[in-house]
Amino acid sequence: MDRLSVDHLTGIKELTKNDIEIIFKTADAFKEVINRPIKKVPSLRDITIANLFFENSTRTRLSFELAEKRLSADVVNFSAASSSVKKGETLIDTVNNILSMKVDMVVMRHASPGAAKFLAERIDAKVINAGDGTHEHPTQALLDAFSIRERLGKVEGKKVVIVGDILHSRVALSNIYCLQKLGAEVMVCGPTTLIPKYIHELGVKVEHDLAKALEWCDVANMLRIQLERQDIKYFPSIREYAMQYGLTKEILDNLSKKIVVMHPGPINRGVEITSEVADSDQAIILNQVENGVAVRMAVIYLLASKINRD
Amino acid sequence: MENQVILNSKHFELTIKRLCYQLIENHNDFSNTVLIGLQPRGINVLTRIKEHLELIIQKKVLCGNLDITFYRDDFRRRDIPLIPSATNIDFVIENKRVVILDDVLYTGRTIRSGLDALLAFGRPEDVELLVMIDRRFQRDLPIQADYIGKKVDTLSSERVSVEWREIEGQDKVVLFTPETNG
Repeated sequence: MDRLSVDHLTGIKELTKNDIEIIFKTADAFKEVINRPIKKVPSLRDITIANLFFENSTRTRLSFELAEKRLSADVVNFSAASSSVKKGETLIDTVNNILSMKVDMVVMRHASPGAAKFLAERIDAKVINAGDGTHEHPTQALLDAFSIRERLGKVEGKKVVIVGDILHSRVALSNIYCLQKLGAEVMVCGPTTLIPKYIHELGVKVEHDLAKALEWCDVANMLRIQLERQDIKYFPSIREYAMQYGLTKEILDNLSKKIVVMHPGPINRGVEITSEVADSDQAIILNQVENGVAVRMAVIYLLASKINRD
Repeated sequence: MENQVILNSKHFELTIKRLCYQLIENHNDFSNTVLIGLQPRGINVLTRIKEHLELIIQKKVLCGNLDITFYRDDFRRRDIPLIPSATNIDFVIENKRVVILDDVLYTGRTIRSGLDALLAFGRPEDVELLVMIDRRFQRDLPIQADYIGKKVDTLSSERVSVEWREIEGQDKVVLFTPETNG
């Protein structure tokens, strides 16, 4: 089957393995496109996409916007800071107002978990979730898995450890779903306070010792500590966290094998990962950013193909 | 479906050789010419032409594969979305003479997309078209081929298939005609 089983991308949980493989195959072609002298294709020239960012974002928004523009779509941007949301308008009203301007697709980031699904069930346009609270961030997980596939040849059978703030991370949840669907083994690692209590029910291993986790894995995905989502103190200090869970060159060199280091960004250099590691050849952080555009182009292209022309 | 072989393997081989000599007539030593096969089936034409051509002129010919999926004019008008194939052009075609290769020229829409896609790689000096089969009389666009393996007159209900020994086991061109009732 060459068709996505879903009409919206609200989360990785709703995707099948085949969907992910179709997205990757399409992204391979777009990766070649964005490395051409002219990095643009005309596929979506009759499509209008609204980027609705109710939460701050730099790279995800930029990445989506570039992906849309390289597909020749018309793009409108919206950020909550300068909108009527501040004047008390509801989400549905805001979106319906935008849709009456004939928008075909909505890319949305929102602080409430489930916001994308809520919207997808209520509006006509296609919806892509660009992060909904602590729930999912599907395109990040897709680009992470795509980057692992690119570096290691495949995802199946690989061991991936996700380190850090699992409790507040939508990247972690989407990554767990995505990697497991592709046949990888997943472990989470972090302080007890930042690991959800029932996470083992998702079929992931839990480890609190960073060195042991790294020795087990092929890939380490180092998450950012999300201080903005932490309403109470989950660990004594940033310095203590960095000492326990920060990835240094020394730890990497002491491992029996060369692992791949990933980070969804933005990096807090010296906290979850040192500058030396972030800039080393084991880190594929900038490849992730490049792949992000290709993967988002693939998702937008495949969902746009489902927009009825009538 | 009734089928009729319109080019058998012997004539297939002769046709490929003739196309090679016609190319040589216009492009001499191919020092400023590149051959671009259109994905998916134009690649087979490219592979075979390249093989023969290099034997004749005794030098390498610059070749590339071009996928036109993202340039098609029927996006969102098909039931099944088109999954792209690989584009493999690791050179700039600026001021080069380009020959586009495909298996069947029918409505001309694929070639139109191909011309569009080609421009992402530079501004060629000129572009020519080589096809194995030209289904004339059914063109939607004003596009004609410069090098033609065989011209066939067909109805739109018919189908022409160029088959290759590497894929289908035998070189031949088959015309499929739907059976009429009564």
